[in-house]
This record gives sequence, structure tokens and C-alpha cells, in this order.
Amino acid sequence: MSKSLVPGAPVSAAAPAERRPTDWRTASMQRRVRQRYAAERRFRLLGLAAVVASAAFLLFLLASMLARGAGGFVETRIALPLDLARAGLSVTPAQLRGPRADLALAGAGLERAVDAAAGTVFPRAGGAVLLSDAAWLRVREAVKRDPSLLRRRVTIEVPVASRLDIAFKGGGTRAERALARSLAPHLSRGLNRDFLGGADSTDPTRAGIWGALKGSLLTMLVTLLLAFPIGVLSALYLEEYAPRNRWTDLIEVSINNLAAVPSIIFGLLGLAVFLGTFHMPRSAALVGGLTLALMTTPVIVIAARNAVGAVPPSIRDAARALGASPVQVVFHHVLPLALPGILTGTIIGMARALGETAPLLMIGMRAFIAAPPERLTDPATVLPVQIFLWSDDVQTGFIEKTSAAIIVLLVFLLAMNGLAIYLRNRFETRW
Amino acid sequence: MSPLALAFVITALALIGWVTARARAARFRRGTTRRFSSLPQHHGWFVAMGTLLPALLFLAVWHLTAPALVTEAVLTTPGAATLPPPGLDRVAILAEARNLAAGRSYGAFHPLSEQLAPAYAAAQRRYDWIATAVALLLAFVGGALSFLRVRPGFSARTHVERVIMGALLGASLIAIVTTIGIIVSLLFESARFFHVVPISDFLLGTHWSPQAIDPRDPGASLGAVPLFWGTFFIGAVIAMAVAIPFGLMSAIYLTQYARPATRRWVKPMLEILAGVPTVVYGYFAALTVAPAVRDLGVALGVSWASSESALAAGAVMGVMIIPFVSSMADDSLAAVPAAMRDGSLAMGATSSETIRQVLLPAALPGVVGGVLLAVSRAIGETMIVVMAASGVATLTLNPFASATTVTKQIVDLLTGEAAFDSAKTLAAFALGLTLFVITLLLNVVALIVVRRYREAYE
Repeated sequence: MSKSLVPGAPVSAAAPAERRPTDWRTASMQRRVRQRYAAERRFRLLGLAAVVASAAFLLFLLASMLARGAGGFVETRIALPLDLARAGLSVTPAQLRGPRADLALAGAGLERAVDAAAGTVFPRAGGAVLLSDAAWLRVREAVKRDPSLLRRRVTIEVPVASRLDIAFKGGGTRAERALARSLAPHLSRGLNRDFLGGADSTDPTRAGIWGALKGSLLTMLVTLLLAFPIGVLSALYLEEYAPRNRWTDLIEVSINNLAAVPSIIFGLLGLAVFLGTFHMPRSAALVGGLTLALMTTPVIVIAARNAVGAVPPSIRDAARALGASPVQVVFHHVLPLALPGILTGTIIGMARALGETAPLLMIGMRAFIAAPPERLTDPATVLPVQIFLWSDDVQTGFIEKTSAAIIVLLVFLLAMNGLAIYLRNRFETRW
Repeated sequence: MSPLALAFVITALALIGWVTARARAARFRRGTTRRFSSLPQHHGWFVAMGTLLPALLFLAVWHLTAPALVTEAVLTTPGAATLPPPGLDRVAILAEARNLAAGRSYGAFHPLSEQLAPAYAAAQRRYDWIATAVALLLAFVGGALSFLRVRPGFSARTHVERVIMGALLGASLIAIVTTIGIIVSLLFESARFFHVVPISDFLLGTHWSPQAIDPRDPGASLGAVPLFWGTFFIGAVIAMAVAIPFGLMSAIYLTQYARPATRRWVKPMLEILAGVPTVVYGYFAALTVAPAVRDLGVALGVSWASSESALAAGAVMGVMIIPFVSSMADDSLAAVPAAMRDGSLAMGATSSETIRQVLLPAALPGVVGGVLLAVSRAIGETMIVVMAASGVATLTLNPFASATTVTKQIVDLLTGEAAFDSAKTLAAFALGLTLFVITLLLNVVALIVVRRYREAYE
């Protein structure tokens, strides 16, 4: 720095004798100090602004998802008076018992009867157009529960079509909202059980999250069963037993590198190896779990190595001194002490895998799957992919479904991270 | 026997072996003062492993070879004589027959597959029985042989521990196998791609339109330069323009100014930002940010502003990267020796002067390394660009124009309805290889920079 901070003070070391104490009361000095303090305040405000802006973005993101998605859990129902006795359904009460009841009612023209009822009750509003595709299914369930409905007049609340649903919740076009207002005495709100218990559908009012959630759970199960043991065992090997040589270095380098490889590359690997070479079934939870396990293992290894390394050497020395073998030292003493840290890292890695989309798209998990998977090899989809698929759908009814699915996903992630934090606070020992 | 039942029976055998061997070892311990190298349970584990491992190894190998053997057996049946010559048709028919035989599908598309299904089922059943018998035999013989070795002087612990060490080593080798798997599969498919498309066309060509590939000259429409530019523009320019100032300033505020209580609350909140799934960011970018950016562009006089602009995707990606940059900057600021900061403050410099003129220059290499890692993460990020960026490859400097990235194109190429080895799908692997190499280089350089810097202060 060639210029002195204090004006008037000598810069060169050759003339030290002329140095006088700085007079801080002069106007120029005061102005300087004020400027420097102002700069300090500006800088500090800038930092605060950065933090506040980041936090505000997070809050805005979460709030907008909540505001948009809350409606996805609620459905609009319309009270539909039905006279099934006059509808001429050709079903006998005997057919309504047992597993063939669904087929019998469908064959008897129940759907037509429900649509016709809507046409006679709400002729000006469009009749059957008002009803969701799931409306007659509700009637079918009600009839199965109580076959006497077939012989009397009854009013059943059935879900309405997507457009009317949106309009009743305050969206849609002006005409649709007017229609919703005119029908308001017949409309009511209720919990959307189809959303929580069903699978994907082409009709937004019928689309459900359970199929994707179950796919996610199966996928995570495979991932956990593979990644956790492999990750913990390799961490133990690298931290406790591995000799320092070129092979160990190679393993370490590949683990650190794998942890930084973009996730989509793992999808390409899964596509080429599991689908291309081993001919495993497309879009199955098994393949998804395998792919995500390859991605999650390095994360678990790194977390587990930190946890194992944090166990003090005195524990190992004490165990060795009492005659434990190297395997006993690690499995009886080091591993139990490191377990909370390992579990924390594992949960965080699993949370990352649960939110992962791109590698699963690569292995074909973007198909339309209308039934929850029963086995690991069944075609399945997972929550993030379901969100992606719905977000691509042009029907406006899917906007709130997408946000509602995001809420479900975030709740799961929050629960997992909360559990990790709890484990860390509750069990982790600071040595 | 179904695989699950078979596994259950073998496990039960192993359990019986464990219990009996343990009891036997416990018996010869009774009444002596002799010291043993192994506990009774070591003998138990030795026998259990002797039962399980040979049978499981056999089943693993069998699982890989059996489908080929079954197909061979089916091909020798008279019904297979009318099969078309080797090729896609033949494979399709055989796969369909296999699915029919396994009960996985109900309707047959091809009449011949319906004919072959019974033969398939019969061969499958025969080989399943062979596998069951051999596995059970191996489990039984292995268990019996190991049980015979359970004697007072036998050091079962050494054997058990050797198996455990083998398992540990095997588990850590999986990382290498995965790395090799990635490299080999990417190289293999890319080599097939470069067989069709000259590598110079791919790396230097400036026209990308995989929807319309001219079969005579596929390289003409597979020039990846616009993709590389789009990736760089979105991930390394726009995203970093958001992430670096915000990440750096919040790290500075949280480490230098904020009270510890504030820091305890705000830091996890920033980390939540990193934990939000990318598909959520993508949805937010596409639904909320992109229209706002387009309106902003129109207001600024760019009348053709795209609703899938580079700015929308890049800005949201930058927000996602903020916590990453912030924690890297946090680490490098914390690594600067306290003496430097104290010295500067003692000379009368204000906090901000100390930070700007002492701490930041000293921490710069660490911050640069962190930024390189952030760039590598941003260019590998997929879902935000898949949902918010456009599919049209353009060479543009305007942030309001549409731009596309390597990751977006990989997804687009592979999720279409194309045969697995068409030029389109192979191009995805070539793009993947490029992405892998670039991120690898960035990571290596970043690690070297960070390590050098750490060494300087330790």
C-alpha cells in the first residue's frame, strides 16, 4: 500500500522524525471516520440483506406451494339426488355380494344412470359434464355397502368435474365461477380420499398420490438395504483396516469422485447396465433402488468415515489391551459408538435419494402407472417423478395436485431431516 | 420352489447349524480350565457361514446363467423350428413367450410366442428344480463339513474374521466397480456413437436438432457447441451471478456479524434451501419465475423474451446453490488464522475493511475452489433445466432468450420413443461422457486448489 491511511502522515521511512500524533478532531478526519463507518454499516446491511433475501426466497417458495397445494387435499362434492329404482338397473341383490359386485354394477349401466340423474337435476348447468369420472364409483361403493339404495330415492354426495372444482375453490374463468356460485347450495367440500389413497389418473379429480408414494417407499427400501450395509462396511474398512497403499488411495479417490458425479450420470449407468446388459424390467422399483443405491453409497461412506474417525483411539486401545481381536474392537466398540453419526448421515443421504428425479427418468420411471406397485419388479413411479409428470400435464386441475404432491414430498423430507437432527442432538457424543 | 422359500429354507438350515454348533462348542468348554481361542458363538457363525455362502454363491451364478440355459432348452423343442432367424423379431417373440410363461402378461401379441410359452414354462420348471436341489445339497454338505470341524482346538474365530474382512474389502471395492462401470458404459456407448458421427462434428458443430437427423450425414445436426454454451451460460454465468454474491455475503454476515443465537437459527434454514428437491425448484421456476422473467423482459423492451428463458432457469439454480457456496466460503473464512484478523482490527481497521482487505484475499483460494465445485454441481443439475429451460439450442448472449443444456438434452433424447441404439440415444451417452469429464476436471482442480490453500495455513 503506497498511500498512508492517515493524511499528512509521512509514507517514507526516511523521515520518521516529523511524525506527529494524528489530530482526529479536524473536519477532514471526522469526515473520513464518518465515511468509514458508513461503509461499515453498508457492508453489514448488505450481508444482512443477502441472508434475508435467501430466507425470504425459501419462505416464498414454501408459502406458494402451500397456498397452491392445499386445495389438492380437498375435493368439491355435489349433492346428487338419485332414484336408482327407476333407473332400470338389472342387478339382483345376490350379485352384489362377493368380488364380482363391481363388474355386475358396471355391466348394469350404473354409470349411465348416474349421468342421467345429473342431467335431470342440473339440466341447465350441463348435467353429466359436472361430474367427475369418479362420481359413479362413489355411488357404486355406496350401493355395495348398502344394497337397499337400489330400491329407494337417495341423495349421494359425489365429486364434481375438475373445472367446477377449481371454480368453486376460486379459480378458473369468470363463467365457470358464476356456474359454481349458481350451484353453490348443492356443493360442499370434503377430504379428497382419492388423492391420498389412489394412483395416477388422467382425470385430475381422481389422480392420487399413494401409488407414487408406495413406489418411493419400495425404491427407498431397496436403496437402504444396499447402500447402508455397503456404505458402513466400506467406511469401516477404509477407516480401521485399510493399509496405506495405492489401492486404498484409488478407492478413496473413486468414492470422493462418485459423491460429486451429477446424478443424471448414475441414470445413464443404470440404463446401460441394469436395463441394457442385465435386461431388468423397465421402470421397476428394484432398478430405481439399485441406481439410487449406487448414488447414495458414497454419501453414506463419507458420513460414516467421519463418524468412525471421531471415536477416540483410547477406546480402541482399551479394547485391544483387554484381548479383543481387531474385528471385535471395531464391531463391539467402535461401531456402536459411531452409530448415531452414521445413522444421521444415512438419513440425510436417503432424503437426498428420495427427492432425486433425473436418474429415475433415465431408467424409464416416467410411464403412466395407474395402479400402485405390488412387487419390486412391477412398473412403478416415485413421488418426485409423479410431480414432474403432473407438472407437464396441460389440464389446469393438475396444478394444485402437483403442489399438493410437493407438500407430501416436503413433509417426508422434513420428517427425515428432523429425525436426523434429533438423532444428532440426542445421541452424538462430543469426545 | 420360489426363490423366497428357497432362501428361507437355506437360512433355516444355517440357523440350525448356528444353534447346534454353538451348543456343541459350549459343551466342550464345560468343566475344563483350558483357554480357547474362539467363543461358542464363533463356532456357530462358522457353521452358519459354511451353510449359507456356498449355496448363495451358487444361486448368484445360477441366476446369471439360467435364463440362457432355459432359452437354449426351448430352442431345441420342435416348436422353435419356425422361429425367424436371429434378430429383433426373434428376441421379441422369445421375450413375450418368457413373460407368458412367467404369468407376467396375459395376451400374446405374436401367435408363435403363445406356442412356445408351455415349452418355456416346462424348461423353467425343470431348471428351477435343479437349482433348488443343488442349492439345498450345497447348503447341507457345506454345513455338515463345517460342523465336523467344530473341535476344541479349532480356531473358528480366525475363519469367521477372515470372512468378515473379505466382506469389508468387497464392500469398499464396490466404489471402484461403480466408477469403472460408469466410465466403461459411457465410453462404450460413446464409441458406438462416434462410429456414426465424427467426433469433430459433435464437439465443434454449431447446429443441434436431433428431431430431424439426416441419415446420410447425422453429424450435421448433432453439433453440441450450442449445448455447451447453454450449459456454461446457465450454470456458470447466470447461476453463479446469483449464488456468489448471495452465498458469499451471507457467509460473511453469519460468520463475522451475526450473534451466535441468530447463526444457530439461520444456518439450518439456509441448509433447508439445499435440501429442497430439485424437481420442486424446477416446478417453481417453470410456474412462477419464468413468466415473471418474461414479463420483465417485455417491460425492458425485449419483445420476444422467451417464457423458457435462460435467466429463469439460471436464477433459480443460483438460489439452489447459495447454501453450497455459503458453506464453502464459511469453511475457508474460518480457516484464515485468527492472528491475521486480530492484527488488522488492532491497527484500527473496521470490520468490513478487515473482511474485504485481509480475510477475503487470504481466503480467496478456498472460495475459488468452492465456486468451482458449485459450478460443477450447477452444470450437472438436471430437473430445473428440464422443467424451466427450453429444448431449442441457440447460441445467444441474451439472458431473456431461450437456451438449452447438456443435461436437458440427455433427458429429451432418452425419454423419446427411439430404439436403444439409434444415433439419438447414443448421442445422449456421448453428452453424458462430456458432462462426466467436465465435472471430473472441475472437481479435481477445485480439490487441488483447496488442498494447496489448506496447506498454506497449517
